[in-house]
Amino acid sequence: MDARNFTYMFYGFAAAWAILALYVLTLVARERRLRKELDTVRRMVEQRESKAT
Amino acid sequence: MREKTLFALGVLAAIWLVRNLYVMFLGLPDEADQGAIYRILFFHVPSWFVCFTGYFLAGAASVLYLARKNPVYDVLAVSTVEVGLAFTLIGLATGSIWARIIWGIWWTWDARLTWALITCLIYAGYLMLRNAIDDPTTRAKNSAVLCIFAFTSVVITYKAIDWWRTQHPGAVLSFRTGGGAMDPGMESMLYQNFGALLLLAAVLVAVRMRQEQMRREVESMRRYAHAI
Repeated sequence: MDARNFTYMFYGFAAAWAILALYVLTLVARERRLRKELDTVRRMVEQRESKAT
Repeated sequence: MREKTLFALGVLAAIWLVRNLYVMFLGLPDEADQGAIYRILFFHVPSWFVCFTGYFLAGAASVLYLARKNPVYDVLAVSTVEVGLAFTLIGLATGSIWARIIWGIWWTWDARLTWALITCLIYAGYLMLRNAIDDPTTRAKNSAVLCIFAFTSVVITYKAIDWWRTQHPGAVLSFRTGGGAMDPGMESMLYQNFGALLLLAAVLVAVRMRQEQMRREVESMRRYAHAI
């Protein structure tokens, strides 16, 4: 019982940290994608504006 | 400046969490009946408190959005719901692992657990609804209405242990029982970890809000680019 108790306590802590880490990684990936998208759209707007004038 | 403040707060939350882990493992003894596994509750209970706080803020922000039509409230609502959902998953996972040892089962359809799962699914549905609507105003309005109604599920989840006495333990914290149901040192640790996790959640919400504003900028620039 004691050994299992410790093992499952470890699983509990590991699960909590894993979910947090996964969420932080999702945020980091989304930030990168958004910055890239923003750059692309900015360039697209600049090109279209220069064509229009 | 804002980046540096967020980074400093994130580091502060991390130091606070590490300090709490030290006290949990080296400062507090095993619980008489449960042994070492009770330490999971130092993450399980505060995670639920953090997500309930997030859902409350999301509900309040949704009311303010409908009243004032200021998009910043919509940004706040979606950010707190998303971060809250991450903490809901932590609450469900840690509770299930604790139950495996204490009850001998991973899951049971008792009132508190079932409502917790329903709450999780409702807020996941809220995020899916947002992805399904393209028009920003319609998206903000419809999701604000859903977010306000979704909060009733949070209230039912919180009160489930009082209304239906099933498998999940009843209230043990002193602000609900008047004291005596939990060791003061252990209860204090629980609140300290709530503080650390709440600070971490606040940093995550701030980062998520910045991303949502960036996404809106991308959307509006794309619409402008197609118009010219």
